[in-house]
Amino acid sequence: MDGAQFLQVLIVGLSQGCVYGLIALGFVLIYKATEVVNFAQGDLMMIGMFVAFTFLNVLGMPYWLGLVCTCASMALIGALLERALIRPMIGEPTFAVLMLTVGLGFILRSFASSVWGADPKAIHNPFSGEVLTFGDVSLGFENIAVMVGTAMLCIALGLYFRYARIGVSMQAASQNQLAAVLVGISVNRITSLAWALSAGIAGFAGVMLAPVSLIDPQVGFIGIKAFAAAIIGGLGSLPGALIAGIAIGVIEQFAQIALPTGLATASPYLVMLIMLIVRPSGLFASVQRKKV
Amino acid sequence: MADLLGVQNVETFYGPIMALRGVSMKVREGQVLALLGANGAGKSTLLKTISGTMVPEKGRVEFQGKSIEGTPPHQVARLGIAQVPEGREVFPLLTTEQNLHMGGYRRTRAEVAESLQRVFALFPALYAKRTSQAGYLSGGQQQMLAIGRAMMSAPRLMLLDEPSLGLSPQLVGEIAETIVKLNRDESVTIMLVEQNARMALDVADYGYVLENGRIVMEDTSSSLRDATDIKEFYLGMKEQGVRGRRRWKQRKTWR
Repeated sequence: MDGAQFLQVLIVGLSQGCVYGLIALGFVLIYKATEVVNFAQGDLMMIGMFVAFTFLNVLGMPYWLGLVCTCASMALIGALLERALIRPMIGEPTFAVLMLTVGLGFILRSFASSVWGADPKAIHNPFSGEVLTFGDVSLGFENIAVMVGTAMLCIALGLYFRYARIGVSMQAASQNQLAAVLVGISVNRITSLAWALSAGIAGFAGVMLAPVSLIDPQVGFIGIKAFAAAIIGGLGSLPGALIAGIAIGVIEQFAQIALPTGLATASPYLVMLIMLIVRPSGLFASVQRKKV
Repeated sequence: MADLLGVQNVETFYGPIMALRGVSMKVREGQVLALLGANGAGKSTLLKTISGTMVPEKGRVEFQGKSIEGTPPHQVARLGIAQVPEGREVFPLLTTEQNLHMGGYRRTRAEVAESLQRVFALFPALYAKRTSQAGYLSGGQQQMLAIGRAMMSAPRLMLLDEPSLGLSPQLVGEIAETIVKLNRDESVTIMLVEQNARMALDVADYGYVLENGRIVMEDTSSSLRDATDIKEFYLGMKEQGVRGRRRWKQRKTWR
């Protein structure tokens, strides 16, 4: 493999990894707020793609407006799902809530195929087909766009969690729920917000993924790879999830070249297995013991 | 002085276990009130019932004349009752300053800045540590942080649950001073739950003694300090040379 090819594979891997990282962020956000893994996270992204398809292709919105509208409506959908499905389950065993999210995934998939049809779609976007060429290296514009978009979203999230009062209060509520309640933070509101944020990010990830992948109801299954990324990052660490997601994207692309086909598909999970054996708490586990 | 808080015939359960068996008490405006009792007497349960983290099965809790039992705890906090929970419970990964900001969660930026000044004036140690993670503070500093965080909401009533727990005698003295200052300078009414009865009676004006979920004694702290039972059971003082007077061997309960 020469340098140019290496760079191309790396860029494709990075951009794919950004999408995994974004979905993994959603997993971690909800996990931190409620200690439940939302297995419908990938399917929320799939719904986000269809919503974007509706805004951009059906309603003919400009791309950037469509992106904003998709994120906003996904956030609303996330908050509604939390209110309707998760809040009544407060106090029930974690496992029950977990199964509920698995079921939600099935419902979202069949909902999507009944509303939008099962045949693959593509959305209009300003990037597809554009190629940036540097000497021997030619890079797809959509890959660059994914990376830039992810970087901007992450900077925004970082600022939100560090400086916005509501962002800090989300951290506070996940670190010590009793203390959060005692200073007047409504934990219900924080949970709604976590779902809204996580679904909004899933919508963003969907729009980012759409130019490089076709849209169909099964696309949400990449959420499982993102879940592996969240585990590797140490379920509970936002930067960890993002970095692990990107790493998995890169590893997967190189594995497709270097390893036999079957192994390449399994590579994210192999990485997860090795990680769980070597460092069970993940790459960036916050050093904090849970009080019983 | 008017009653700030009134508790009437409150019964609270942990599952099938009755932790409070009809407790009635009141806290007057401007008071420092001590609540004494052994382990498992129900002191913390009473505080939790007041702050709304536990809901009583029966009885009423009145704050400023309004009934608040069954109100969710985050709303009770907004009414002006700040609980400093047992075991400090700071936000371990946030900085000291962020912890304090969370205490003023519902207030405007200007009010928060003003309260922050007061907290740092009262606890200079916290100012020195304002950018370090709260989880890395010492036990005493965490206790000060927990009290400071409660101050940030400018409460009318502060509920302190065992602030001296696990602290050195010197730090216990500092906490006691802080409580007096809070009450005198910031005019916060304080309800203090303590196992360290000597410290509690030193700072308090009035005290209740809780035993097996019931109030068994109430009086001004100076009278409580002189009561024989309190001396013997809570202050560890016993009259010398009197044999066969270890009443607790004969009587399992005393009321």
